[in-house]
Amino acid sequence: MFDYNFHWRPVMKSLPDLLEAGLLTLQVATLSMIIGIVIGLLLALSRMKKTGPAYWLATAWVELARNTPALFQLFFFGFGIGAFGIHLSPFAIVLAGLSFNCAGYLAENFRGGFQAIPDTQLRAARSLGMTAWQAHTRIIIPQVFRLVYHPITNQMVWAVLMSSLGMLVGFRELSGETQFFASRTFRIFEYFAVTAVIYYAIVKIVLGASRLLAMRLFRY
Amino acid sequence: MTETIDFFSGFGANDLWFLAEAALRTLWISILSIAAGTVLGALCGWLIYEGKIWATLTLTPVLDIFRSVPLIIQLVLFYNFAPIVGLNLDPFASGVVILTIYTAALVANVARGGIEAVGRPMRRAARSLGMSYWQDMRYVVLPIGGRAIFPSWIGVALGVMKDSALVSVLGYVELLKASQILITRTQEPFLILSIAGAFYFALSFPISRYAAKLEERWAQ
Repeated sequence: MFDYNFHWRPVMKSLPDLLEAGLLTLQVATLSMIIGIVIGLLLALSRMKKTGPAYWLATAWVELARNTPALFQLFFFGFGIGAFGIHLSPFAIVLAGLSFNCAGYLAENFRGGFQAIPDTQLRAARSLGMTAWQAHTRIIIPQVFRLVYHPITNQMVWAVLMSSLGMLVGFRELSGETQFFASRTFRIFEYFAVTAVIYYAIVKIVLGASRLLAMRLFRY
Repeated sequence: MTETIDFFSGFGANDLWFLAEAALRTLWISILSIAAGTVLGALCGWLIYEGKIWATLTLTPVLDIFRSVPLIIQLVLFYNFAPIVGLNLDPFASGVVILTIYTAALVANVARGGIEAVGRPMRRAARSLGMSYWQDMRYVVLPIGGRAIFPSWIGVALGVMKDSALVSVLGYVELLKASQILITRTQEPFLILSIAGAFYFALSFPISRYAAKLEERWAQ
């Protein structure tokens, strides 16, 4: 049954390269999350006003991001818009695809967060003499942030996992690098097994860091 | 130059049919894995809930792995691992196996939440009315808990339907792979990707809308 010989040595030799690619994965996931949070916030705010072109644009964005596969979105940025003569680098494709996806998912979380804070709080803050800006930054946003912190963490994990699709558009993050080595040495199973372990470690590190940060942020 | 252009033929009615067939294959592999994964996941959720210590110690970490490693890595890994232990699976079978386990890992969490959603007093009341454990499960926990988790289960199912696009890396010709094949021939990436996206959207959007409506109605 087991007439297959495992060869781990080539994998171990390229482990430093894989770990470096893992950093690239983390980097592109973090960047796309930052862009996703900013755009997601704008989308959520535009969707809360129920009319106007901004509402329709934001709704179209959110529904497209949530109802089509992430891989499809990546392909779209990869060669879909190539039809108009726009050719992005693999890094830009992955970054654009992930940001588009994250923004769509986060927008809904943010909207739920804003709606969970009753209107009366804003009015109470204003009647205490706060300006609108003060009321938002000191009363509303901190509460919303607490509500959406957990969804943001989840989305970050998804971003890390989704970035693995980069290997299908030629981006050499962790998965792309793995595929490159695997196809050179034909040790496909060994390489992808090690990569799976690295992904697991990255996800656990992200979750652990998020928990530590939460302890620091939400002490009271 | 016209000779080279003739080499690629344009997008025709036949190709639309080709895409529709591929969409059916996407649907087929999704339904199969979601059905099997839901049964398996519900079983795992129940085992974890019942909290026999060995189930919690073995099952939880294993399911956690399937949630923390990118699906694409799982697919490649399993597809290359199966022949090592003497299984010769075609891409479709490998895809179904991994998608099923992946669905089960997600559903297990949801199912456990569903059982927990039915309060202890309610279960005791059922038992004190003379219901057996299984009667309690069938007539009390299933209707109440099932209702509580139905929207999130739909979310998981739609996610798996979208993620089934990844089976294309193994060479299974589902919707996204079919669109790639057509793009290579017709050189019309924007048009074809838009059609493929529209198919996904048409499958996913109505169901997600329906789930959101249900959730809203049941929240009251």
